[in-house]
Amino acid sequence: MKDLTFSTGCAIAQNIKDGKVSPDEAHSFFKERIKKLDPQLKSFVEIYPDPLKEEGASALAGAPIAIKDNICIKGKRISCASKILSSHISVYDATVIGRLKRAGLQIIGTTNMDEFAFGSSTENSCYGTTKNPWDFSRVPGGSSGGSAAAVAARLVPFALGSDTGGSIRQPASFCGVVGFKPTYGRVSRYGLVAFGSSLDQIGPITTNFSDCAHLLNIICGHDSKDSTSTPKDVVDFTQALKDEAKNVKIGIPKEYFAQGLNQEVKKALDSVIEVFKDKGAKITEISLPHTEYAVATYYIVASSEASSNLQRFDGIRYGLRAAGTNLKDVYMNTRGEGFGDEAKRRIFLGTYSLSSGYYEAYYVQALKVRRLIKEDFDKAFNKVDVILTPTSPTPAFKIGEKATDPLSMYLSDVYTISANLAGVPAVSFPCGFSKDNLPIGAQLIGKEFDESTLIRLGYSFQNVTDFHKKIPAL
Amino acid sequence: MIDRKTVEHVALLARIQIGEDQKDYLGTQLSKILEYIDKLKKLDVKKVEPMRGLHVDQNVFRKDQPCQCLDTDRILNNAPSKKENYFKVPKVIE
Repeated sequence: MKDLTFSTGCAIAQNIKDGKVSPDEAHSFFKERIKKLDPQLKSFVEIYPDPLKEEGASALAGAPIAIKDNICIKGKRISCASKILSSHISVYDATVIGRLKRAGLQIIGTTNMDEFAFGSSTENSCYGTTKNPWDFSRVPGGSSGGSAAAVAARLVPFALGSDTGGSIRQPASFCGVVGFKPTYGRVSRYGLVAFGSSLDQIGPITTNFSDCAHLLNIICGHDSKDSTSTPKDVVDFTQALKDEAKNVKIGIPKEYFAQGLNQEVKKALDSVIEVFKDKGAKITEISLPHTEYAVATYYIVASSEASSNLQRFDGIRYGLRAAGTNLKDVYMNTRGEGFGDEAKRRIFLGTYSLSSGYYEAYYVQALKVRRLIKEDFDKAFNKVDVILTPTSPTPAFKIGEKATDPLSMYLSDVYTISANLAGVPAVSFPCGFSKDNLPIGAQLIGKEFDESTLIRLGYSFQNVTDFHKKIPAL
Repeated sequence: MIDRKTVEHVALLARIQIGEDQKDYLGTQLSKILEYIDKLKKLDVKKVEPMRGLHVDQNVFRKDQPCQCLDTDRILNNAPSKKENYFKVPKVIE
């Protein structure tokens, strides 16, 4: 059988179109790879014996894809890596799943995550921790850690994740792959289990920008089933696959290069700046003055929305039901037994900040600061076209390193959170390796609905570098 | 500072049973997180309008047209307890 390990999703689809590989062969190839390598990596929650596929046409038809376990796939188990939902069978397809099926992709299984997407390490999963394929003693990042690890290890050419505060980009950075969070409203969330409804977006995790643009073409677009989905026209993102950065104005926010940034990450980012300079981009220092308030703002807004969204897990209509003599006890016991520690912490934090007496001081205060953060971006984008930052202050940390200190875990999202608060698109792509051979990610943040410039710059960078072609020794 | 009494109050609001041995631990963790979050209070935001979401300036409506519903059997198959076409729950009214 043809070795597809190094093939991009586009290349696999092309091979299928040319009759060089059959869709079944493509599926078997990756299924065998998963069987061999995933028992150690633990990136998958479920591997379907037969892939889900429908007749469909697109540039990616026939290519296998994996889905984060918080997106509904009709007739399949969905758990959000939580005990409270572990036996649930999806009643309908999420809009993105319908779109993938109509584009002819093969859905091969679901990937691990932090419970309900609460976390930055995939340690908060009821299935156990996914390993970082570059170093098994380290986390893959989170919450879409399973998707990022699987793609990095080439167990699947690409996967979908979801991003509420960096959950696509930070694991992409830790695993050395491309993780794209589109503009808020670009991709329908119908069928995505809600975490923070004013922040959540679904996006692709790929090895390269070509696959990324093609997947965005498939999943973006208006959907009447999601009232936050934008009716704006979607451009053909593959038109942006050009090596062209001349005169693009790139802003470097000084706050993202201040204290706390690992020196190796800083060095890698300096070399990214040089690459773009060589291509004729204009580099300007900018300021996003409210950056230091982003983590605090996010944890109030996201936890408040989560505490509200997770009220539905009450043991009545689906999932676990614990014993109790009356309805209140059933609720309390079900949620006490069903939710993991981090989910409980977030629900507590959210409930507290929405509760009488604290609502103004915490929730409303955070909404006000959120506006200041958004305005920082509006002002910056009057001067520059895109913003370049590190994705994470450090490369992947050790398993267990931050598990007992929630605040230090939250602070690892410091560079990714603002894009969600402002609703703008952002992407992480591999830009170097630490001396311990751990991937380092760079982040590009764009103007609202301007995914194309991010794709163009990312493609330009990958055209002259080969960080994205390196794969971990497994 | 989140004391034991506050933990118990929030646990009831959130409908989450917390073990006796977990209450102090959770209180300490939440206190630490809130202490960090208190930095938001340093900012003068009296004149700032709260940002309640993105693109929320307009309400979104759809046509009120009949369409196919989700399959009742499939939905009920996920229920922990059911009777005929209903979810079964413990007695609510004493």
